[in-house]
Amino acid sequence: MSEQVILIVAVVVLAAGTYALRACGPMLRERVRLPQRAEEAMTLAAVLLLAALVGTAALTEAEGFAGWARPAGVLVGGVLAWRKAPFVVVVLAAAATAALLRLAGVP
Amino acid sequence: MQGDLARDIALVLLADGIVGLSFGAIAVGSGLPMWLPMLLSVLVFAGAAQFLFVGIIAAGGNPVAAVLAGLLVNARHVPFGFAIGDVLGRGWRKWVGTHVMIDETVAFALAQRDAERRKAAYWACGVGLFVCWNVGVVLGAVAGTAVSDTAALGLDAAFPAVLLALVLPSLRDKATGAAALVGVAVALAATPLLPAGLPVLLSLLALPIALVLHEQRARERTASAADPASSGEEASCPSR
Repeated sequence: MSEQVILIVAVVVLAAGTYALRACGPMLRERVRLPQRAEEAMTLAAVLLLAALVGTAALTEAEGFAGWARPAGVLVGGVLAWRKAPFVVVVLAAAATAALLRLAGVP
Repeated sequence: MQGDLARDIALVLLADGIVGLSFGAIAVGSGLPMWLPMLLSVLVFAGAAQFLFVGIIAAGGNPVAAVLAGLLVNARHVPFGFAIGDVLGRGWRKWVGTHVMIDETVAFALAQRDAERRKAAYWACGVGLFVCWNVGVVLGAVAGTAVSDTAALGLDAAFPAVLLALVLPSLRDKATGAAALVGVAVALAATPLLPAGLPVLLSLLALPIALVLHEQRARERTASAADPASSGEEASCPSR
């Protein structure tokens, strides 16, 4: 098989597998009527996953420390969000903090 | 859809479009064919998995390893699907909606209070991101090294900030917040040791903590409701 064909097959397999992972929840939910408590547990699970994504995406890069600028930016955004600043302000402040720190030489 | 929600989603679309631009540029810049980032973005449509896949292939890695690594990173969509499966609707909507299930759409949907708004947020964010991400990737792949350094713009800090702003209302609940802290600590501790994707999944180990705390609170509430005299002190305290 040529290298190009191998790459296309790899992308298609990854795409099919990813779609299957995404479809698990919607497919099974249609068949089984979940009790209220299970619904709450599912929502909690998603919140925990998103929180873990925030933590790992803010602090780590390829299994190592991401440097100070990024977590500092996320922290500024987090404090603003906690004080109920508008979403746009939170996101722009996080990006601007990281960008300015890098401009000042912080990794 | 309300204006504030549309504006918030538009900002995320813009940020992710620029990240898409960088993805296309980085993939082509590392010597991969131009069609690869485009095909990945249309068919896989999951940023973290795409970056990982391209990184492994560009470094001369095994395509099987690249596929497995991508699937592992995308495994979190299983619990996501259970959490937001009800916003997708029926028939063809369900099949299309399944494809645009990503971190941002899930977070936007979960952050809305009523079912109608949840649905609107999910679809606007999902379809909008699919378009912006793919347009960004095509432009990046064609333009080459245009914006290959999104770190200079601080966009790497924008992604976690977006998710944080959206889950924070849920984390204000003490039981959920405590469990989330444990989950984040577990994920961070596991990051240097395990392949990408697994550490985030390990945060689900904190789910029993959240469930037990919620259960406990519900029991305390029913107890104090049944016997208000015995719990006078707690009842005077407005917090949980």
